[in-house]
Amino acid sequence: MSVAPLAEPEVLVPASEEEAIAAFGDGTGVTVLGGGTILMPELAAGRLKPEKTILLARAGLDEWRDEGGTTRIGAAVSVGALVDAPEPLASAARHVADYEVRSQGTLGGNLCAGPGRGFPRGDLQAPLIALDAYVRSAGAGGERTEPVERFLSTSPGNRLVVQVEFETRDRLGGWAALERPHAHSYTALSVAATISPSGSDLRVACSGAGPYAVRLRSVEQGGLDGDPGEALRDVQLTDDALASAWYRERMLPVLVGRVLSQLKEAG
Amino acid sequence: MSLIINGAEYELASPPLTSLLNVLREEVGLLSPKAGCQQGGCGTCTVLIDGEPRRACLTPLGAIEGAAITTVEGLGDPRNLSPVQAAFHEHYAAQCGFCTPGMMMAATGLLARRPDATRDDVLEALAGHFCRCTGYVKIVDAVLSAAAGRVDTTRPEPEAEPGEPSVVIPGSPA
Repeated sequence: MSVAPLAEPEVLVPASEEEAIAAFGDGTGVTVLGGGTILMPELAAGRLKPEKTILLARAGLDEWRDEGGTTRIGAAVSVGALVDAPEPLASAARHVADYEVRSQGTLGGNLCAGPGRGFPRGDLQAPLIALDAYVRSAGAGGERTEPVERFLSTSPGNRLVVQVEFETRDRLGGWAALERPHAHSYTALSVAATISPSGSDLRVACSGAGPYAVRLRSVEQGGLDGDPGEALRDVQLTDDALASAWYRERMLPVLVGRVLSQLKEAG
Repeated sequence: MSLIINGAEYELASPPLTSLLNVLREEVGLLSPKAGCQQGGCGTCTVLIDGEPRRACLTPLGAIEGAAITTVEGLGDPRNLSPVQAAFHEHYAAQCGFCTPGMMMAATGLLARRPDATRDDVLEALAGHFCRCTGYVKIVDAVLSAAAGRVDTTRPEPEAEPGEPSVVIPGSPA
Protein backbone atom coordinates (compact mmCIF):
# COMPACT_ATOMS: atom_id res chain seq x y z
CA MET A 1 0.00 0.00 0.00
CA SER A 2 1.38 3.37 -0.91
CA VAL A 3 0.80 6.30 1.35
CA ALA A 4 0.28 9.66 -0.27
CA PRO A 5 1.93 12.56 1.52
CA LEU A 6 -0.41 14.91 3.28
CA ALA A 7 -0.97 18.09 1.33
CA GLU A 8 0.72 21.12 2.85
CA PRO A 9 -1.78 23.83 3.76
CA GLU A 10 -1.66 26.79 1.40
CA VAL A 11 -0.22 29.98 2.91
CA LEU A 12 -0.32 33.21 0.94
CA VAL A 13 1.51 36.42 1.82
CA PRO A 14 -0.01 39.14 -0.42
CA ALA A 15 2.17 42.17 -1.08
CA SER A 16 -0.63 44.66 -1.69
CA GLU A 17 -4.28 45.37 -0.88
CA GLU A 18 -5.25 44.22 -4.36
CA GLU A 19 -3.41 40.92 -3.94
CA ALA A 20 -5.03 40.39 -0.55
CA ILE A 21 -8.52 40.96 -1.95
CA ALA A 22 -7.83 38.67 -4.91
CA ALA A 23 -6.45 35.95 -2.65
CA PHE A 24 -9.49 36.20 -0.36
CA GLY A 25 -11.97 35.85 -3.22
CA ASP A 26 -15.40 35.07 -1.81
CA GLY A 27 -13.83 33.92 1.43
CA THR A 28 -14.76 30.26 1.08
CA GLY A 29 -12.27 28.11 2.98
CA VAL A 30 -9.99 31.07 3.66
CA THR A 31 -8.48 31.89 7.05
CA VAL A 32 -7.16 35.44 7.44
CA LEU A 33 -4.31 35.95 9.89
CA GLY A 34 -3.62 39.57 10.83
CA GLY A 35 -1.75 39.93 14.10
CA GLY A 36 -2.11 36.29 15.14
CA THR A 37 -3.36 36.98 18.66
CA ILE A 38 -6.60 35.08 18.10
CA LEU A 39 -5.60 32.43 15.56
CA MET A 40 -2.12 31.37 16.68
CA PRO A 41 -3.37 29.84 19.97
CA GLU A 42 -6.00 27.95 17.96
CA LEU A 43 -3.30 26.62 15.63
CA ALA A 44 -1.01 25.71 18.54
CA ALA A 45 -3.79 23.77 20.23
CA GLY A 46 -4.75 21.98 17.00
CA ARG A 47 -8.29 23.38 17.10
CA LEU A 48 -7.76 25.11 13.76
CA LYS A 49 -6.38 23.35 10.69
CA PRO A 50 -6.75 25.86 7.84
CA GLU A 51 -6.50 24.72 4.24
CA LYS A 52 -5.75 28.19 2.92
CA THR A 53 -4.35 31.00 5.04
CA ILE A 54 -3.68 34.62 4.10
CA LEU A 55 -1.04 36.45 6.15
CA LEU A 56 -1.74 40.18 6.03
CA ALA A 57 1.61 41.27 7.45
CA ARG A 58 2.93 42.63 4.13
CA ALA A 59 -0.32 43.58 2.38
CA GLY A 60 0.08 47.30 2.99
CA LEU A 61 -3.03 47.46 5.16
CA ASP A 62 -1.21 49.17 8.00
CA GLU A 63 -1.56 52.74 6.75
CA TRP A 64 -3.27 55.47 8.75
CA ARG A 65 -4.26 58.61 6.87
CA ASP A 66 -6.05 61.78 7.96
CA GLU A 67 -7.15 63.50 4.79
CA GLY A 68 -9.95 65.83 3.81
CA GLY A 69 -11.70 65.58 7.15
CA THR A 70 -11.72 61.79 7.09
CA THR A 71 -9.60 59.40 9.12
CA ARG A 72 -8.78 56.15 7.29
CA ILE A 73 -7.18 53.34 9.26
CA GLY A 74 -6.01 50.14 7.59
CA ALA A 75 -7.20 46.81 8.92
CA ALA A 76 -3.67 45.75 9.86
CA VAL A 77 -2.96 48.81 12.02
CA SER A 78 -2.19 47.48 15.49
CA VAL A 79 -4.48 48.01 18.44
CA GLY A 80 -1.45 49.53 20.19
CA ALA A 81 -1.19 52.26 17.56
CA LEU A 82 -4.82 53.20 18.21
CA VAL A 83 -3.96 54.68 21.60
CA ASP A 84 -3.34 57.84 19.53
CA ALA A 85 -6.78 57.68 17.88
CA PRO A 86 -9.68 60.02 18.74
CA GLU A 87 -11.71 59.21 21.84
CA PRO A 88 -13.31 56.90 22.76
CA LEU A 89 -11.28 54.60 20.50
CA ALA A 90 -8.02 55.55 22.25
CA SER A 91 -9.25 54.69 25.74
CA ALA A 92 -10.64 51.36 24.59
CA ALA A 93 -7.38 50.51 22.80
CA ARG A 94 -5.34 51.26 25.93
CA HIS A 95 -7.37 48.67 27.82
CA VAL A 96 -6.80 45.80 25.38
CA ALA A 97 -4.37 43.20 26.76
CA ASP A 98 -0.79 44.28 27.54
CA TYR A 99 1.77 46.25 25.53
CA GLU A 100 3.07 43.34 23.48
CA VAL A 101 -0.25 41.69 22.63
CA ARG A 102 -1.80 45.09 21.97
CA SER A 103 1.04 45.77 19.53
CA GLN A 104 0.35 42.51 17.67
CA GLY A 105 -3.45 42.50 17.56
CA THR A 106 -4.99 44.43 14.69
CA LEU A 107 -7.98 46.69 14.16
CA GLY A 108 -9.40 44.30 11.56
CA GLY A 109 -9.05 41.30 13.83
CA ASN A 110 -10.72 43.08 16.71
CA LEU A 111 -13.57 44.16 14.47
CA CYS A 112 -14.14 40.62 13.22
CA ALA A 113 -13.65 38.99 16.61
CA GLY A 114 -16.87 37.24 17.45
CA PRO A 115 -17.48 35.49 20.72
CA GLY A 116 -14.60 33.44 22.05
CA ARG A 117 -15.06 30.21 23.95
CA GLY A 118 -17.93 31.39 26.06
CA PHE A 119 -17.37 35.12 26.20
CA PRO A 120 -17.60 38.20 23.94
CA ARG A 121 -14.52 39.86 22.44
CA GLY A 122 -13.94 42.87 20.24
CA ASP A 123 -13.45 45.75 22.66
CA LEU A 124 -13.01 48.30 19.83
CA GLN A 125 -16.38 47.64 18.22
CA ALA A 126 -18.42 49.93 20.50
CA PRO A 127 -16.05 52.92 20.13
CA LEU A 128 -16.17 52.52 16.36
CA ILE A 129 -19.98 52.54 16.40
CA ALA A 130 -19.86 55.63 18.63
CA LEU A 131 -17.56 57.32 16.12
CA ASP A 132 -20.03 56.52 13.31
CA ALA A 133 -17.26 54.58 11.58
CA TYR A 134 -17.65 52.77 8.27
CA VAL A 135 -15.97 49.52 7.28
CA ARG A 136 -14.64 48.81 3.79
CA SER A 137 -14.54 45.06 3.29
CA ALA A 138 -14.17 42.53 0.47
CA GLY A 139 -15.68 39.12 -0.10
CA ALA A 140 -18.70 37.53 -1.78
CA GLY A 141 -20.43 40.17 -3.89
CA GLY A 142 -17.31 42.31 -4.10
CA GLU A 143 -16.21 45.27 -2.04
CA ARG A 144 -18.63 47.28 0.06
CA THR A 145 -18.51 50.09 2.58
CA GLU A 146 -21.07 50.13 5.37
CA PRO A 147 -21.60 51.36 8.93
CA VAL A 148 -19.87 49.30 11.61
CA GLU A 149 -23.14 48.26 13.24
CA ARG A 150 -24.46 46.89 9.96
CA PHE A 151 -21.17 45.11 9.27
CA LEU A 152 -21.29 43.47 12.71
CA SER A 153 -24.83 42.26 12.14
CA THR A 154 -24.04 40.50 8.86
CA SER A 155 -21.47 37.76 9.46
CA PRO A 156 -18.26 39.78 9.77
CA GLY A 157 -16.30 36.55 9.91
CA ASN A 158 -16.98 36.01 6.21
CA ARG A 159 -15.48 39.31 5.06
CA LEU A 160 -11.95 40.62 4.61
CA VAL A 161 -11.76 43.97 6.40
CA VAL A 162 -9.66 46.37 4.37
CA GLN A 163 -10.12 49.70 6.09
CA VAL A 164 -12.11 51.60 8.69
CA GLU A 165 -12.94 55.24 8.19
CA PHE A 166 -14.75 57.96 10.08
CA GLU A 167 -15.13 61.70 9.86
CA THR A 168 -12.45 63.55 11.78
CA ARG A 169 -14.89 65.78 13.56
CA ASP A 170 -14.44 67.73 16.74
CA ARG A 171 -16.56 65.36 18.80
CA LEU A 172 -16.40 64.68 22.51
CA GLY A 173 -15.83 61.07 23.51
CA GLY A 174 -16.53 59.03 26.63
CA TRP A 175 -15.68 55.47 27.58
CA ALA A 176 -16.20 53.31 30.68
CA ALA A 177 -15.72 49.60 31.34
CA LEU A 178 -15.77 47.03 34.08
CA GLU A 179 -12.33 46.47 35.57
CA ARG A 180 -10.46 43.50 34.14
CA PRO A 181 -9.05 40.98 36.63
CA HIS A 182 -5.85 40.80 34.56
CA ALA A 183 -4.31 42.48 31.52
CA HIS A 184 -5.22 39.50 29.36
CA SER A 185 -8.83 39.26 30.41
CA TYR A 186 -11.47 40.39 27.96
CA THR A 187 -13.66 43.25 29.12
CA ALA A 188 -16.96 41.87 30.39
CA LEU A 189 -18.83 45.07 29.57
CA SER A 190 -17.87 48.49 28.20
CA VAL A 191 -19.74 51.53 26.95
CA ALA A 192 -18.54 54.13 24.45
CA ALA A 193 -20.18 57.36 23.35
CA THR A 194 -19.56 60.52 21.35
CA ILE A 195 -21.45 63.76 20.98
CA SER A 196 -20.96 66.93 18.98
CA PRO A 197 -19.72 70.01 20.90
CA SER A 198 -23.15 71.57 20.44
CA GLY A 199 -24.71 68.68 22.35
CA SER A 200 -26.50 67.10 19.41
CA ASP A 201 -26.04 63.76 17.66
CA LEU A 202 -25.37 61.58 20.71
CA ARG A 203 -24.13 58.11 19.73
CA VAL A 204 -23.80 55.34 22.33
CA ALA A 205 -22.81 51.68 22.02
CA CYS A 206 -21.69 48.86 24.27
CA SER A 207 -19.38 45.87 23.90
CA GLY A 208 -19.79 42.72 25.95
CA ALA A 209 -23.57 42.49 25.96
CA GLY A 210 -23.80 39.99 23.12
CA PRO A 211 -21.62 38.33 20.51
CA TYR A 212 -20.85 41.71 18.90
CA ALA A 213 -21.17 45.32 20.04
CA VAL A 214 -24.61 46.93 19.81
CA ARG A 215 -25.79 50.51 19.46
CA LEU A 216 -27.85 51.82 22.38
CA ARG A 217 -30.44 53.84 20.49
CA SER A 218 -32.79 54.10 23.47
CA VAL A 219 -30.09 55.93 25.41
CA GLU A 220 -29.39 58.20 22.44
CA GLN A 221 -33.06 59.20 22.28
CA GLY A 222 -33.01 60.23 25.94
CA GLY A 223 -30.02 62.52 25.47
CA LEU A 224 -27.39 63.34 28.09
CA ASP A 225 -30.03 63.75 30.81
CA GLY A 226 -31.95 60.62 29.92
CA ASP A 227 -32.34 57.45 31.97
CA PRO A 228 -29.23 55.21 31.64
CA GLY A 229 -31.45 52.24 32.40
CA GLU A 230 -33.00 52.64 28.95
CA ALA A 231 -29.89 50.84 27.66
CA LEU A 232 -31.46 47.54 28.74
CA ARG A 233 -34.07 47.93 25.99
CA ASP A 234 -31.38 47.51 23.31
CA VAL A 235 -29.55 44.42 24.58
CA GLN A 236 -30.23 40.76 25.15
CA LEU A 237 -28.05 39.79 28.08
CA THR A 238 -26.81 36.26 28.63
CA ASP A 239 -24.57 34.44 31.10
CA ASP A 240 -21.06 33.64 29.98
CA ALA A 241 -17.65 32.86 31.39
CA LEU A 242 -16.92 36.51 32.20
CA ALA A 243 -20.11 37.62 33.92
CA SER A 244 -23.72 36.68 34.51
CA ALA A 245 -26.65 38.36 32.77
CA TRP A 246 -27.81 39.39 36.26
CA TYR A 247 -24.58 41.28 36.88
CA ARG A 248 -24.52 42.88 33.44
CA GLU A 249 -28.14 44.02 33.86
CA ARG A 250 -27.10 45.95 36.95
CA MET A 251 -23.81 47.29 35.63
CA LEU A 252 -24.82 48.39 32.14
CA PRO A 253 -26.87 51.38 33.39
CA VAL A 254 -24.01 52.31 35.73
CA LEU A 255 -21.50 52.40 32.87
CA VAL A 256 -23.91 54.29 30.61
CA GLY A 257 -24.43 56.82 33.40
CA ARG A 258 -20.68 57.28 33.82
CA VAL A 259 -20.16 57.86 30.11
CA LEU A 260 -23.00 60.37 29.89
CA SER A 261 -21.48 62.20 32.88
CA GLN A 262 -18.10 62.29 31.13
CA LEU A 263 -19.70 63.89 28.08
CA LYS A 264 -21.56 66.44 30.20
CA GLU A 265 -18.39 67.38 32.08
CA ALA A 266 -16.37 67.62 28.86
CA GLY A 267 -18.99 69.83 27.28
CA MET B 1 12.43 31.70 4.98
CA SER B 2 15.25 33.53 6.69
CA LEU B 3 15.69 35.42 9.95
CA ILE B 4 18.57 37.27 11.56
CA ILE B 5 18.71 35.81 15.04
CA ASN B 6 21.02 37.44 17.58
CA GLY B 7 23.02 38.86 14.69
CA ALA B 8 23.44 35.65 12.69
CA GLU B 9 21.45 34.85 9.56
CA TYR B 10 19.50 31.60 9.52
CA GLU B 11 17.81 29.84 6.61
CA LEU B 12 14.82 28.06 8.09
CA ALA B 13 12.84 25.06 6.94
CA SER B 14 9.83 25.35 9.25
CA PRO B 15 6.43 25.87 7.54
CA PRO B 16 5.22 29.49 7.46
CA LEU B 17 2.49 29.00 10.06
CA THR B 18 4.99 27.67 12.60
CA SER B 19 5.20 29.98 15.57
CA LEU B 20 8.45 31.87 16.04
CA LEU B 21 8.60 30.22 19.46
CA ASN B 22 8.75 26.75 17.94
CA VAL B 23 11.22 27.89 15.29
CA LEU B 24 13.57 29.26 17.94
CA ARG B 25 13.31 26.31 20.31
CA GLU B 26 13.00 23.37 17.93
CA GLU B 27 14.80 24.39 14.73
CA VAL B 28 17.39 26.88 15.95
CA GLY B 29 17.91 25.41 19.42
CA LEU B 30 17.59 28.62 21.42
CA LEU B 31 15.81 27.68 24.62
CA SER B 32 15.54 30.97 26.50
CA PRO B 33 12.07 31.75 25.07
CA LYS B 34 9.89 29.40 27.09
CA ALA B 35 6.83 27.54 25.89
CA GLY B 36 4.44 28.59 28.64
CA CYS B 37 0.75 29.09 27.90
CA GLN B 38 1.30 29.40 24.12
CA GLN B 39 -1.73 31.72 24.01
CA GLY B 40 0.09 35.02 24.47
CA GLY B 41 -1.02 35.21 28.07
CA CYS B 42 2.03 34.44 30.21
CA GLY B 43 4.75 36.48 28.50
CA THR B 44 7.66 34.11 28.92
CA CYS B 45 8.18 33.61 25.16
CA THR B 46 8.66 37.36 24.59
CA VAL B 47 11.52 38.24 22.21
CA LEU B 48 12.49 41.37 20.32
CA ILE B 49 11.34 41.47 16.69
CA ASP B 50 13.09 44.33 14.93
CA GLY B 51 13.70 45.82 18.37
CA GLU B 52 10.12 45.62 19.64
CA PRO B 53 9.02 43.10 22.27
CA ARG B 54 6.56 40.60 20.84
CA ARG B 55 5.12 37.23 21.81
CA ALA B 56 6.99 34.56 19.87
CA CYS B 57 4.09 32.14 20.37
CA LEU B 58 1.68 34.49 18.55
CA THR B 59 3.98 35.24 15.62
CA PRO B 60 3.91 33.00 12.55
CA LEU B 61 7.24 32.62 10.79
CA GLY B 62 5.70 33.57 7.45
CA ALA B 63 4.79 37.04 8.70
CA ILE B 64 8.32 38.09 9.68
CA GLU B 65 10.53 37.08 6.76
CA GLY B 66 13.94 38.73 7.14
CA ALA B 67 13.24 40.21 10.59
CA ALA B 68 15.92 40.68 13.24
CA ILE B 69 15.18 38.59 16.34
CA THR B 70 16.84 39.09 19.70
CA THR B 71 16.58 36.60 22.56
CA VAL B 72 18.22 36.59 25.97
CA GLU B 73 21.16 34.77 24.39
CA GLY B 74 21.76 37.89 22.30
CA LEU B 75 21.69 40.39 25.16
CA GLY B 76 25.08 39.79 26.72
CA ASP B 77 27.49 37.14 27.88
CA PRO B 78 28.34 35.93 31.38
CA ARG B 79 31.23 38.37 31.76
CA ASN B 80 29.58 41.34 30.08
CA LEU B 81 25.90 41.39 30.89
CA SER B 82 23.35 43.77 29.44
CA PRO B 83 22.13 46.38 31.94
CA VAL B 84 18.85 44.50 32.41
CA GLN B 85 20.62 41.18 32.96
CA ALA B 86 23.02 42.77 35.46
CA ALA B 87 20.14 44.44 37.29
CA PHE B 88 18.21 41.16 37.54
CA HIS B 89 21.36 39.51 38.93
CA GLU B 90 22.04 42.25 41.46
CA HIS B 91 18.44 42.42 42.68
CA TYR B 92 17.90 38.63 42.88
CA ALA B 93 15.03 39.17 40.45
CA ALA B 94 14.66 35.51 39.55
CA GLN B 95 13.57 32.50 41.53
CA CYS B 96 12.62 29.54 39.36
CA GLY B 97 13.59 31.60 36.30
CA PHE B 98 10.81 30.45 33.99
CA CYS B 99 9.39 33.95 33.49
CA THR B 100 12.79 35.65 33.50
CA PRO B 101 13.54 35.58 29.74
CA GLY B 102 10.23 37.23 28.91
CA MET B 103 10.58 39.75 31.72
CA MET B 104 14.09 40.66 30.53
CA MET B 105 13.07 41.09 26.91
CA ALA B 106 10.03 43.18 27.83
CA ALA B 107 12.21 45.32 30.09
CA THR B 108 14.87 45.67 27.39
CA GLY B 109 12.21 46.79 24.93
CA LEU B 110 10.79 49.26 27.44
CA LEU B 111 14.17 50.87 28.18
CA ALA B 112 14.92 51.12 24.47
CA ARG B 113 11.78 53.15 23.81
CA ARG B 114 11.70 54.92 27.17
CA PRO B 115 15.17 55.09 28.80
CA ASP B 116 13.86 57.14 31.73
CA ALA B 117 11.02 54.73 32.48
CA THR B 118 9.04 55.41 35.65
CA ARG B 119 7.62 52.83 38.02
CA ASP B 120 4.23 53.12 36.29
CA ASP B 121 5.90 52.54 32.92
CA VAL B 122 7.54 49.39 34.26
CA LEU B 123 4.31 48.12 35.79
CA GLU B 124 2.50 48.66 32.51
CA ALA B 125 5.26 47.05 30.43
CA LEU B 126 5.26 43.94 32.64
CA ALA B 127 1.49 43.78 33.15
CA GLY B 128 1.11 40.79 30.85
CA HIS B 129 3.98 38.77 32.33
CA PHE B 130 3.26 36.16 34.96
CA CYS B 131 5.71 35.33 37.74
CA ARG B 132 4.32 32.45 39.81
CA CYS B 133 7.11 32.76 42.36
CA THR B 134 5.50 36.16 43.15
CA GLY B 135 8.80 37.96 42.65
CA TYR B 136 7.36 41.08 41.10
CA VAL B 137 8.81 43.51 43.65
CA LYS B 138 12.42 42.57 42.92
CA ILE B 139 11.77 42.41 39.19
CA VAL B 140 10.32 45.92 39.14
CA ASP B 141 13.19 47.19 41.32
CA ALA B 142 15.67 45.60 38.91
CA VAL B 143 14.17 47.28 35.86
CA LEU B 144 14.06 50.65 37.63
CA SER B 145 17.69 50.18 38.62
CA ALA B 146 18.65 49.46 35.02
CA ALA B 147 16.70 52.54 33.92
CA ALA B 148 18.63 54.65 36.40
CA GLY B 149 21.96 53.23 35.23
CA ARG B 150 22.71 51.88 38.69
CA VAL B 151 24.19 48.56 37.57
CA ASP B 152 27.65 47.15 37.00
CA THR B 153 27.48 45.11 33.81
CA THR B 154 30.90 43.49 34.14
CA ARG B 155 31.38 40.20 35.90
CA PRO B 156 34.64 38.45 36.85
CA GLU B 157 35.64 35.29 35.08
CA PRO B 158 33.99 32.47 37.03
CA GLU B 159 36.60 30.34 38.70
CA ALA B 160 36.07 26.60 38.83
CA GLU B 161 36.80 24.85 42.09
CA PRO B 162 39.66 22.34 41.84
CA GLY B 163 38.28 19.06 40.63
CA GLU B 164 34.91 20.55 39.81
CA PRO B 165 33.56 18.95 36.63
CA SER B 166 32.55 21.16 33.74
CA VAL B 167 28.77 21.20 33.48
CA VAL B 168 27.14 22.23 30.25
CA ILE B 169 23.42 22.90 30.38
CA PRO B 170 21.79 22.56 26.96
CA GLY B 171 20.48 25.93 25.84
CA SER B 172 22.25 27.85 28.56
CA PRO B 173 23.81 31.09 27.37
CA ALA B 174 26.87 30.04 29.34
